[in-house]
Amino acid sequence: MEPLSWTGVMAPLMPVLWIAAAVFAAATAIRLVASVFVAEGNRVTQSDGTLAARTGPLAVLDRIARMAFFAVLAYVVTFVVVGIVAGPGAGILGAVAQRLLPVWLALAVTFALSIAFKGRLGLYGKLFDSPIGMVGFALVMFWVYAAIFGAAGLILTHDPLVQISGMKNALPGSPVAGNDGAVYDWYLLGGDNLARDVFSRVIAGAWVVVQIAPMATLFAFMVGITLGLPAAYFGGRLDTVLSFLANLILAFPVILLFYLLVTPEIVQTGLPAWMGAVMFLFPIAFTGILLNARYRTRPRFNVPLLAVVLGAMFWIYLSLISEPGSAISVLPRPLDLFDIPGGILVVFVSVVFVNAPTVLRIVRGLAMDIKTRDYVAAAQTRGERAWYIMLWELLPNARGPLIVDFCLRVGYTTILLGTLGFFGLGLPPESPDWGSTINEGRKLLSIYLHPALPPAIALLTLVLGLNLLADGLREESLRD
Amino acid sequence: MATFILRRIAVMVLTALCLTFIVFTLTNLGPNLEKIAKTQGNARMSDADVASWLAGHGYMRPLPVKYGEWLGVLPGYVIETPAGVRGRCFGDAAEIPPGAPRFCGVLQGDWGNSTVFREPVADIVATRLGLTAKLMFWVMVLMVPSALLIGVLAGMREGSRTDRTLSTVSILSTATPEYVSGVILIAVFASSAVGLKWFKGTATSAMDHATFENFFLPVLTIALYGMGYIARMTRASMAEVMTAQYIRTARLKGVSFRNVVLKHALRNALIAPFTVIMLQFPWLLNGVVIVETLFNYKGFGWTLVQAAGNNDVELLLGVSVVSVIVVLVTQLISDIGYVWLNPRISVA
Repeated sequence: MEPLSWTGVMAPLMPVLWIAAAVFAAATAIRLVASVFVAEGNRVTQSDGTLAARTGPLAVLDRIARMAFFAVLAYVVTFVVVGIVAGPGAGILGAVAQRLLPVWLALAVTFALSIAFKGRLGLYGKLFDSPIGMVGFALVMFWVYAAIFGAAGLILTHDPLVQISGMKNALPGSPVAGNDGAVYDWYLLGGDNLARDVFSRVIAGAWVVVQIAPMATLFAFMVGITLGLPAAYFGGRLDTVLSFLANLILAFPVILLFYLLVTPEIVQTGLPAWMGAVMFLFPIAFTGILLNARYRTRPRFNVPLLAVVLGAMFWIYLSLISEPGSAISVLPRPLDLFDIPGGILVVFVSVVFVNAPTVLRIVRGLAMDIKTRDYVAAAQTRGERAWYIMLWELLPNARGPLIVDFCLRVGYTTILLGTLGFFGLGLPPESPDWGSTINEGRKLLSIYLHPALPPAIALLTLVLGLNLLADGLREESLRD
Repeated sequence: MATFILRRIAVMVLTALCLTFIVFTLTNLGPNLEKIAKTQGNARMSDADVASWLAGHGYMRPLPVKYGEWLGVLPGYVIETPAGVRGRCFGDAAEIPPGAPRFCGVLQGDWGNSTVFREPVADIVATRLGLTAKLMFWVMVLMVPSALLIGVLAGMREGSRTDRTLSTVSILSTATPEYVSGVILIAVFASSAVGLKWFKGTATSAMDHATFENFFLPVLTIALYGMGYIARMTRASMAEVMTAQYIRTARLKGVSFRNVVLKHALRNALIAPFTVIMLQFPWLLNGVVIVETLFNYKGFGWTLVQAAGNNDVELLLGVSVVSVIVVLVTQLISDIGYVWLNPRISVA
């Protein structure tokens, strides 16, 4: 097997890409500097008081930048298509594009369906009116699909944990030594310090993030909402105490908190497991109060509903927290639905713990503002109970900012997970998560770039996608 | 105003007490104490040996008492040992020395000794804090003006192409945590693989004499992450000011756009970013820990990692007291500054 080059058959076209990218960068930069000195817009006031539309220098730069951008985009799309067809023939990037085929298909289907039905999809549909939002959504979904298909075994070229001798620090595109056709022929993005495939580890790392980050953020929101709404609505001493506690946690430097919670000695005491046991109660409490507030007046419907929903949630709760051999082991083996590996649970708990106070403060701020509205007064006059007003009047009206913050916070949680991995806290050392991989790769950074850069870029693009998505959502939700 | 500040300081002291108590509790949990005994004494001690070692060094007493001693509101322990007495305030001795103080805690200025560095905690914290202050100073010098410039340029014409470009840049910078931007910057500018080698990939030599070559990358790495957030806040604040009535009045009476921005809008637009910059400190502290580890710059953040990783209780407590005080003081300054800068708010 020959080592792969980066671009293979596409190599002759590469200068086109570089020129287009350079033109785009230059036009954007010149425009940025020029806009300080040259007036924006193309309308010029003439001496007789009439307006004339002229093509100013800035508009010319805009057009150049846009054309260059579309040239780059067209090139990238061509590359992906050629890569899917030619595979390794189009070099490392072509082979990567081919491995990612399920992701491209899923992305294409998602975008086609969403754009076709965007009129009927509410806020989600409106996202497809904003270019920024679409770019963000595409980046996020790229990693979500990559993680899911990667976990399903479609994308990975090698087992992310298996070492192949002779491949230590192998350069990108190196053929696998002594391969007899049992595994994929190349290490596409090279091998790391322990001779594992970097490409497969990056994709497997996405699955760690996609599993933990949204769920942890959701839990943090449940905790924050369940505590923040009453703090704002009732005010008084409850508010003082809850705000004090939230500020207390926020005054901790996050890393100190992680070191205090996630070290093996503390895990041994069972403290994080107990914290989890408390925090995981909040979703049950939240759902229970939510449903009860709504259907309280129809007991024949309410009681069975609550029994079924809360019963199921409580079972999941017990399976979640109970783990044989750990501090909490309440459920007998056959009833235990699933076991979360201890490290993951601790990481999950500490990430929720760090995020919840911020959510509490945001929810409290929003609710303080909304509770002065007339419809809240109307509900109070109708004689609605406090929890009904909080969950069915205040919360739905705070959803816009909360959804935007949710996207941002998933990004922040991803960063936190990376931080944990970077300091080697919580997750097992061979775990393919991006933080740990970056930490391992950085030690040889002055000689080998390929083990550290792919996970760094992966994390960057995912968080960037989430931020752009939040920005697009904010823009679109402000529009109505 | 005086009562406002006093009340804030009271809350601050209460918060600091609670936080140190939490850190104290967590570092004094059973398995942590066992680790201390094994690192200080002998790694192969039996459980009984560990228990007697801990008892002999005053660890086996009730938590509030130990906390009170550390704080300096309760008299330090005195324990009889076979060789004489051992006291918190004077160490091992044949008998209690005549001039030995009864109280020795943080309030008396005695921060204890680090078990990892074998030095008084107060000295370590002071030197390391000095190094980090140097880092932070240059971060601020780089970050604040560039963030404000980006924010003002983006916010003065909301929705324009300039605004979009700069907003995307600031989103990109907030989306890049330090361990990502640091790795990319080292890879591009310091590694022999790319070959530019403009800067050094480690900042260890910057502790003695910082040069542009060895200090720019760590400073840039921290500044980049904080910059985007401040820039976005400045942009929002500037955009809001630019829609105000008095700006329209100024425009209508014929003041040039440049003068409107510089003389009418800028000062009002900078009130909100001031608080944001102050509240950035806790975040920057985080960045400092990552960057100091990444660039091997042995400052305060690096010390935190060492103390926490080795369960060096007294050093960890010292570090957390200092960081908590930094966070709380900046919050206080930001509140006071906001009230002081903004004529529309008055605190009775």
